[in-house]
Amino acid sequence: MKRRKFLKSVGAGVAATGLGGILAAHRAPVFAQASTVHILRWNDFVPAADKVLREVYVPEVQKALGIKLNVETVNANDIPARATAGIQSGSGPDIIMLLNNYPQLYAAGSVDVSDIAGEVGKAQGGIYDLPKSMCTVGGKWVAMPWATVPALLAYRKSWFDEIGVKEFPKTWAKYHEAGKKLKAAKRPIGQTLGHTFGDAPTFAYPIMWSYGGQEVDAKGKVVLDSKETVESVRFMTQFWKDAHDEGGLAWDDSNNNRSFLSGDICASLNGASIYVAALNGADKFKTEKGAPLHTDILHAPLPAGPKGQYAYHTAFTHMVMKYSKNAKAAKEFLRWAHTKANYEKWVVVQKGFAVGPTRDWEKHPMWDQDPVMLPFKTASRMGRHMGFAGAPGKKAAEAWNKYIIVDMYAQAASGKMKPEESVKWAAGELRKIYT
Amino acid sequence: MGAGGAAGAALPGERVRISRLTRMLESQKVLAAALLAPGVVILLLFIAYPFVMALWFSLTSIRVGDPGEFIGLANFAKAWSDTIFQTAFKNTVFYTFWATIFKLALGMWLALLLNRHFRFKRLIRASMLLPFIIPTVLSAFAWRWMFDPTFSVINWLLYHSGVITDRLPFLSDGDWAMWCAVLVNTWRGMPFFAITLLAGLQTISPDLHEAAALDGANAWHRFWHVTWPLLIPVTLVVVVFSVIQTFSDFQLIYVLTGGGPANSTHLIATYAYQVGVASGLLGEGAALSLFMFPVLFAVVWVQLRFMKRMEGA
Repeated sequence: MKRRKFLKSVGAGVAATGLGGILAAHRAPVFAQASTVHILRWNDFVPAADKVLREVYVPEVQKALGIKLNVETVNANDIPARATAGIQSGSGPDIIMLLNNYPQLYAAGSVDVSDIAGEVGKAQGGIYDLPKSMCTVGGKWVAMPWATVPALLAYRKSWFDEIGVKEFPKTWAKYHEAGKKLKAAKRPIGQTLGHTFGDAPTFAYPIMWSYGGQEVDAKGKVVLDSKETVESVRFMTQFWKDAHDEGGLAWDDSNNNRSFLSGDICASLNGASIYVAALNGADKFKTEKGAPLHTDILHAPLPAGPKGQYAYHTAFTHMVMKYSKNAKAAKEFLRWAHTKANYEKWVVVQKGFAVGPTRDWEKHPMWDQDPVMLPFKTASRMGRHMGFAGAPGKKAAEAWNKYIIVDMYAQAASGKMKPEESVKWAAGELRKIYT
Repeated sequence: MGAGGAAGAALPGERVRISRLTRMLESQKVLAAALLAPGVVILLLFIAYPFVMALWFSLTSIRVGDPGEFIGLANFAKAWSDTIFQTAFKNTVFYTFWATIFKLALGMWLALLLNRHFRFKRLIRASMLLPFIIPTVLSAFAWRWMFDPTFSVINWLLYHSGVITDRLPFLSDGDWAMWCAVLVNTWRGMPFFAITLLAGLQTISPDLHEAAALDGANAWHRFWHVTWPLLIPVTLVVVVFSVIQTFSDFQLIYVLTGGGPANSTHLIATYAYQVGVASGLLGEGAALSLFMFPVLFAVVWVQLRFMKRMEGA
């Protein structure tokens, strides 16, 4: 080999290990290839979405960034314990998916993801206000919003038609009236007031707000024990007795899905998982007339109360953990997953059950495919945070985690306390938190 | 040659070391310390250290990701005035009391039955342990399905056999849910009572029963005046174990009811977990769980005193 030829081939080798080489080889550099990112998420109510993570994201992120993605899924109600254990022991998943306002509780154990939130928000039409309020502490993003599961009422169109209600009730009073008739026909409304992460708060908090009740004022002073809150609890007590499946006091987030799909209940506040399951199992889930069940399901927002119409939607967010030795790779994975091309692969299989964290996803063609899902498209625009009108911080998260508002309604609905007593109890518990 | 010489030179040294060790272990004090050491290390690591840490946590404002600061007994004061804790405390006492009573009564009854001779005795004795062997989480899930508010198989059977016209609120009514939890705990814990009491029964000489029968004692008299007094020490031990386990129960309630509805079935352990682990308020959670300590300490103390008195007698 001549000297010139030798130098040429060595030069090509050096180039191959540099940027040109990386681009030419379509492979990530050696340091990134060694990274493993462990992500802990819930068992998705749309199992196809977990399949995308495992069967699409895992190989693709390995190819694109050299990151070995390790996806672990558990029951959503068990995630807070894993987060606490991880932060205290200093080891655990690199990314933990958190629900509701949990990012506020675990903020001290998080890595700043403001850069990713800024980029994604700017490129995709802005992040919705509700997930933003859950994920920011003092202007810093402690978690990155991944998706929102809007809570809307799924209801049996034909059953409401049969009692003469052609349009879904717009007020709580009218919904009560319709529910009473349906329960008399052994077709009650099905809702949980149990200790569970999703349907319980999305039902309890908005009903309180729609009657004018709130936990605290803007300064964080407890104002729950108002005549408006008492009125909302009084309404719920009667509404529960007259129109609901009273077994709902012991339900978790999956009971209403099963009850609806088996034809036991006429309506339930839920994500779109009932409809998506009915759609995917069209041969299995039928109406009493033998038609596919999904053809008899429509969606509507929660009715309005005397002081307005409100909603609370469950935010799903990703926190990169401060203890993680792979925090840099974890952030790179999130940045990669949030690009339009990659996020689309996950969000389309959700069919609207979970919606994107930014406004641009409202423009996706998926919304043209099924008019029944349309109410979910813009649902994330509306929504209040727990602890309104105070900050959505640790105290609001603690109050939620102790199920104080949910139990305020549950105690009265079950007859364990009178509405006035239950509100007084809840206000007392809140005061211990907001001291 | 050289290697063989080296090996030969090492042997006397080995002998010296072995004999020194043997000599040391001949001392009763050293042997006792050596035998106790592994147990003590395990106790220190897995019992004493967590306990001391829990004690320290309970005196601080530690929360997840924040070490907090020393706040004295503030966490205990907060817990004392916490109405959910008060409910959980009452629930724990109720749950422990009734579950222990049922486990003792049914366990004793089962032990007396199994102490008789019948076909397949060994097989039945072994199979009786199944509820105790199956992991609590799994059996609690099975019971949860059986008590499911909508799809309960018990409700289905009762409804279709015409016994009920409306579903029974197994887990959706606070009182029902608590009794369901007592039932499941009894189902799970009864074999432990039965097997332990059976072992106790088998140490009682049949001659005593024969002598009592010859004196005209009927079955009840023989049980009350012969069997029961001789079984008291075993019963006390098994009751204390059971009280400790039931009072600090967590898994069963966590899976079966999650403490609901409306905190009706929260026990101290499940509420401490909700506050300490799920809400990240580690100091408050530790204080809540430490409320179990004086109660359990008192139970053990009373039992030990009683046993000592019996030994003296």
